[in-house]
Amino acid sequence: MTQLNTQHLRSYPNKPAQVYLYGTCLVDSFFPDSGIDAIEFLEQQGVEVLYPQGQSCCGQPAYNSGYQDEAKAVAIEQIKQFPLDIPIVIISGSCGGMMRHHYKDLLADDVPEIEKFCDRIFEFTEFLVNVLRVKLNDKGDPQRVALHTSCAARREMGVHITGRQLLGQLDNVELITHDYESECCGFGGTFSVKHPDISGAMVKDKTKNLLDTDVVKYISADWGCMMNINGSLDYQKKGLRGEHIATYLLNRTTNNGEA
Amino acid sequence: MNVHQVDPNESKYSASATAFRANVDRDLANDELRDNFRGAMDYLMDKRKNAFPIEDELETLREKCKLIKQRCLLKLPQLLEQLEANLQRNGIQVHWAESITDANEIIAQLIAQKNGKTVVKGKSMVSEETALNDYLEARDIECLESDMGEYIVQLAHQHPSHIIMPAIHQNKKQVAKLFADNIEGFEYTTDVDALIGEGRRVLRDKFCHADVGISGVNFAVAETGTLCLVENEGNGRMCTTVPDLHIAITGIEKVIEFLDDMPPLLSLLTRSATGQIISTYFNMITHRRQEGDKDGPAEVHLVLLDNGRSQAFADEEMRQTLQCIRCGACMNHCPVYTRIGGHAYGTVYPGPIGKIISPHMLGIDATKDLFTASSLCGACGDVCPVKIPIPKLLLRLRKESVRKQSDGSPQIMHGQGAGRKTIEALLWQGWSIVHKSPTLYRISMFMLTRCRGLMPKKIGPWTTVRTAPQPAAKTLHERIKARNKATTQGAK
Ligand code: SF4
Repeated sequence: MTQLNTQHLRSYPNKPAQVYLYGTCLVDSFFPDSGIDAIEFLEQQGVEVLYPQGQSCCGQPAYNSGYQDEAKAVAIEQIKQFPLDIPIVIISGSCGGMMRHHYKDLLADDVPEIEKFCDRIFEFTEFLVNVLRVKLNDKGDPQRVALHTSCAARREMGVHITGRQLLGQLDNVELITHDYESECCGFGGTFSVKHPDISGAMVKDKTKNLLDTDVVKYISADWGCMMNINGSLDYQKKGLRGEHIATYLLNRTTNNGEA
Repeated sequence: MNVHQVDPNESKYSASATAFRANVDRDLANDELRDNFRGAMDYLMDKRKNAFPIEDELETLREKCKLIKQRCLLKLPQLLEQLEANLQRNGIQVHWAESITDANEIIAQLIAQKNGKTVVKGKSMVSEETALNDYLEARDIECLESDMGEYIVQLAHQHPSHIIMPAIHQNKKQVAKLFADNIEGFEYTTDVDALIGEGRRVLRDKFCHADVGISGVNFAVAETGTLCLVENEGNGRMCTTVPDLHIAITGIEKVIEFLDDMPPLLSLLTRSATGQIISTYFNMITHRRQEGDKDGPAEVHLVLLDNGRSQAFADEEMRQTLQCIRCGACMNHCPVYTRIGGHAYGTVYPGPIGKIISPHMLGIDATKDLFTASSLCGACGDVCPVKIPIPKLLLRLRKESVRKQSDGSPQIMHGQGAGRKTIEALLWQGWSIVHKSPTLYRISMFMLTRCRGLMPKKIGPWTTVRTAPQPAAKTLHERIKARNKATTQGAK
């Protein structure tokens, strides 16, 4: 799809000395490696990373299920954890979309100047490309990979553009476009549990399209989608797996490029 | 404000909307059906894409059309009065129908006054909404669909599976078999031109002898009292010019203020729907037959249907639902619709638009499984020519569906709160308590990671097609704490 979506367009600050990291609940308990890798990568770029221990979840699961009061209580608590006026880098496009866009609706009556908080939210790849303006030095062997961007990440945060740009900077990496690349993988949070059959049909097709390419792995900036796609690949006993873009970038640019 | 009252017996669709889950199982298992939809949707998406080569132009046009529809909705009551006055002045009678029964009764009466026995009908989703065919047939009035897709669907005793392409769920082999089984003298062929030719031959004969023509309306222009009808087969023009009585039926949201509002909307409609720059036929009806005219009906009537629309209208956010120009692009681009097809929804309007409009027509109780059946991927909102924020409206409906009934909250929608389940509500309350307390959250994540060995291999519906994810040995919180400690110690 090529529709022009301007929701993610914004102006960007200069490179800051410090940022907060928002890890997300999923990374916290299931995929913490990605959080550590994101921190290391940011530190290598000369940015100090603060991780408030009081953070939990952006509230998206409840919000998307219609339980907005419950989501609101959690969201208000998150905002309190990030008092300094520095960027908040978030390693999930869909949680990023929640905090950058949906908080404005959800908290309009409860948090004064909520817009200011929302304007401090940056998705990880967006931050690398537009704020840090990173120049990557690929140290890895030639490799073919695919990119899967979560729908919210693509629509609300423009991750399909920044993710592509970053992978494009890696000289030895060839980005392969899979069929129906922009189509949803079928995760959708509670949707996958409430309507498992439809969600299952969607992820089956997504994995088929990925498997039809000859990539060694696929890269994504969202663990929600990857938990879904990897889970389905594993169930089908296929070897292909997804890797978080923070991990991938860190490995390609350090460690003798072993990725 | 009056919340739309839904009589469950009134619409045959409310019963099938509640059967959504069973329908999904049935249709997901049908490989041929899924192939038909995937193929057709790919084709339509491609058509649309090619019809908008310049993204900026598309975006400008979408913004413009959104504003046109929003302006017209803002003035809806007044524009409807203006439309009525101008139509009457032009000799077109206007009838108001609050419910689908009202609409059917009005139409049946108009036909009875003329002793009508046969009706030819152009494509009209609003007449599907009122199940007009069934209503008239029960009164011994033959009502024949004249749009090719509608004709196929009627012959198969089915309902449209798509609002623009009613028979899209059928491939040419299935249509050939249907014709062979139902049309005398038809020789089985899968040649598409031959199939269409055969359908045309049957219909042509009916046009000449029908007492009544029924059609829908795409835009009703208040300023001039004009009914605009978009179509591709010429059948719409036949229905509206050959029989002596023409009855048009449409929803109240189709009114637009100025004639000048129509061209941009039309341009977006045909391009979004089928990728056509303009439809093959475009009819503008402003009069019945005048002195000296060679053809045209002696009487023209317009039935304006509410059926829950004023409930959507009353809420500023949900009013956006009424911006819809029924192009079908949202279903063409919907990954859920592509998988399950149009019939599974059990509603007249399937796909994303169906999920946001049907609750107003049928109540939340009958439709509560529909608006949860979305991953909120947003493809629909991205293509909608009038920029209806469909994902946002799905969220809103979810909120209304689980709304607590006891808290004295305002009556906004029929059946609000019908989707609230005690267990689920308690789970979310518990979730909220844990996640708003840093301490409780840390304890529960600690437990989760420490008990990772005890994680069940099967976790409900998730593991029917996937393996379960494994919690990490230590949380990110813990690892960062340890990391920070190491760095400060290292620095000492
Ligand atoms: S909601 Fe938008 S995309 Fe869907 S049918 Fe209506 S106008 Fe078309």
